[in-house]
Amino acid sequence: MTAAGNDGGSDPALALALFACDPIRLGGIVLSGDGPVRDAMLAHLKTTLSGDRAWVRVPANVDIARLIGGLDFAATLASGRPVHAVGLIEAAADGILLLPMAERMAGEVAVPVAQALDEGQLAAILLDDGRDDEETVPDRLAERCAFICHVGGLREFGAAGWPAAIACDAVAPLADEQRRALAATAAALGVVSVRSAIFADRAARGHAALHGRREVDDDDLAAAVRLVLAPRATRLPESVPPPPESPPEPEAQQDAAGDSEQQPPTDADLADMMLDAATAAIPPDVLAAIGKGVRRHGRGAGGRAGQKRKSARRGRPLGSRAGTPGHGKRLALIDTLRAAAPWQTIRRRERAGQDDDRLQLRLSDLRIRRFEQRSTSLTIFAVDASGSSAMARLAEAKGAVELLLAEAYVKRSEVALIAFRQTAAELLLPPTRSLTRARRALAALPGGGGTPLAAGVLAAHGLAEQAERAGSTPLIAMLTDGKANVAYASGGDRSTAMEEAMAAAKQVADSGIASVVIDISPRPREEAAALAAAMGGRYLPLPHAGSAAMVAAIESL
Amino acid sequence: MGAFPFSAIVGQEEMKRALLIAAVDARVGGVMIFGDRGTGKSTAARALAATLPPIPMVAGCRYNSHPDEAARSPDHVPDAKVRTVKAPVPFVDLPLGSTEDRVVGTLDLEAALTRGEKRFEPGLLARAHRGFLYIDEINLLEDHVVDLLLDVAASGENLVERDGLSVRHPARFVLIGSGNPEEGELRPQLLDRFGLSVEVRTPEAIDDRVEIMRRCDAAERDPAGFAEQWREEDAKVLKRIAKAKSALPKVEAPDAAIADMAELCRAVGADGLRGELTLLRACRALAALDGKKAVTRQHIRAIAPLALRHRLRRNVLDETGSTVRIERALGELFG
Repeated sequence: MTAAGNDGGSDPALALALFACDPIRLGGIVLSGDGPVRDAMLAHLKTTLSGDRAWVRVPANVDIARLIGGLDFAATLASGRPVHAVGLIEAAADGILLLPMAERMAGEVAVPVAQALDEGQLAAILLDDGRDDEETVPDRLAERCAFICHVGGLREFGAAGWPAAIACDAVAPLADEQRRALAATAAALGVVSVRSAIFADRAARGHAALHGRREVDDDDLAAAVRLVLAPRATRLPESVPPPPESPPEPEAQQDAAGDSEQQPPTDADLADMMLDAATAAIPPDVLAAIGKGVRRHGRGAGGRAGQKRKSARRGRPLGSRAGTPGHGKRLALIDTLRAAAPWQTIRRRERAGQDDDRLQLRLSDLRIRRFEQRSTSLTIFAVDASGSSAMARLAEAKGAVELLLAEAYVKRSEVALIAFRQTAAELLLPPTRSLTRARRALAALPGGGGTPLAAGVLAAHGLAEQAERAGSTPLIAMLTDGKANVAYASGGDRSTAMEEAMAAAKQVADSGIASVVIDISPRPREEAAALAAAMGGRYLPLPHAGSAAMVAAIESL
Repeated sequence: MGAFPFSAIVGQEEMKRALLIAAVDARVGGVMIFGDRGTGKSTAARALAATLPPIPMVAGCRYNSHPDEAARSPDHVPDAKVRTVKAPVPFVDLPLGSTEDRVVGTLDLEAALTRGEKRFEPGLLARAHRGFLYIDEINLLEDHVVDLLLDVAASGENLVERDGLSVRHPARFVLIGSGNPEEGELRPQLLDRFGLSVEVRTPEAIDDRVEIMRRCDAAERDPAGFAEQWREEDAKVLKRIAKAKSALPKVEAPDAAIADMAELCRAVGADGLRGELTLLRACRALAALDGKKAVTRQHIRAIAPLALRHRLRRNVLDETGSTVRIERALGELFG
């Protein structure tokens, strides 16, 4: 089945041929994996593309100004009249925007490209050189491309011999049952986006056109499923859900029907056939990801809200420096004038005869404002002060916090302290650098009672998120034995307490906040290790560690 | 590419309802749309803006002024004759990388550098006046830009004091935010400022998906024909909005209905008064859309999830969604 429609070469070659026929409507193509084959594909595509389509290569690490255009300062100042620089997106109008190293693309770059794709201004080719799951093409863009191809392992790509295509528009639209089969296959593969189904629809017609067929047949559908849907699979199909309007046949009858060969192919047969095609075409890395139960996320999607950023627009003013304003960098007017002032006489003389008494500015005069964002670090200690953490350990924890505090005082970083015991977590010490306050809070730290672990994790997480939004970098240090026995919501028992703690820990992991779990039980427990794993943080069993060892461990993070 | 006809959007009834309510009464505040990619969020917002009839504007005004408010525009030249043109309802797509400068406006560098003229260059807020401001992935926008947007959306005026400029201009728009909760939480304070919120899901039903494929294909093959095919439906929607707008001041909210709303807000623990107020406004708008003279429980039932679900205190461990909690409360209170 995988070989169906494969007469012209590999699947990537097929995708490329389809894309070349109608790039704008198909949005784009993601080519992942470096190598000579990919270069050959690009070269081939460039020559195949019909007419005078633009072909614009975006430099890696392009800044948004270059991408969307704006005032060309150098030219404007030189000529004394506004000169606009054409952005790369505009330059690629109705053509191809080639984005190398797309896996490292900044979110702010991905967005205008996505908008241009939405409006049908251009088509994109995304080159993905990511080596692991951490770096993938931003979802926002991959979603808007019809094809995702892995070409890294390819030895050759048989581009030659594609039959001359008839126009896509000459192919009749898909029949309803064909669309139904595509939609059912998408559902079975866990491809939720409707965009993908629409792309599959277009790809099927393109495939028919490529083969000179005026009606879409099973081969075309299978190709569309392989090329468009399979790479986006998020789960393995078990069986195709029967199309809703065909009444479910009784088991026995179905068995009987299986024997008779005269039965015309039903929707379910068609969908089954396509699913086979899809399953065979799911790329190995996607399969592996599905197997591990992880969803592939586009990490390059632009980061989380409140993420710390170096900023050219907020924070403490730092004075100005030379540079061109625009796109977030603001002109420091006074400094610019100051820079230009000494040169006025000379410049006027240079422009002699032009009778121009305006201020003579040059590009080199421009100054932009700089801001420094206060970047502090905050270590949040969430200390298990329950009875299960023996009192002696608690004393050590206190000692560690105090030592870290002294350290923090020197480094100007902050410390906060949360204790959890009995039924709730309590913020004993809001983020501070004050040694005195910290000592007082620590001295008053009571012990004993149950372990509301979830409450502790949540309190620490809340505080960490708050700190992150304020621009500092939090680290959560949980000092616990990991044995939750008090549920967050009243009435829960020990097992719900544990479940809740894990759910809360997952949230920490999801938010990407750094964390460490320091196991303070006399003998290391698997609970604490599990907690660390759920938080996505490090696990430090410190069976006999004193406070000094603990400090050393945290410092090393 | 022309906008997709609003009435041709398959399903997503809740989103369409919220947008219609915002179109009838902009005072309900913005609409926050949560949902996966590829669920037609921006398509719907864009479609509605394109469906609305052109509005009168002062010719050459960079602030989308209505002829009656021409004097409030910084571009207004006293004693000059105001020429009126018809322009489509503005729809501004706020790019994620937008800086404060671009949003509020800034010193026109061009004019400053080349002509030595101190001139204000209006930002996206001015361009969105009397229309829609759409922000995709609002959760990825920088906090201070979001704050600014919400502030202007609430006050209806953009006040700029920067770069030695002092400018104020009206900026009333329907704020539509969209976001994918998987990519970052929104601050509760921010969520609370949105009037309505909707959750859109990918249509599960195969039939719906097939219908979407069919319509997208038709729209692509023959955009003009497709638009023509839906013109009548869109005209109905327009008529409904226009009727609702004129009927709105007369829609009554009986004491019993208001008591119901207060009771409901208390039961679900929706923080703050904003929830109650939005619930009331949105209910009246919906009643107006339905051609009813008074708000009934039926309207409250329909609106409660939209107006309240984003205002419930987050209970991180209770996996029960806010919508379910509201439905539960509705069931308990109203039977």
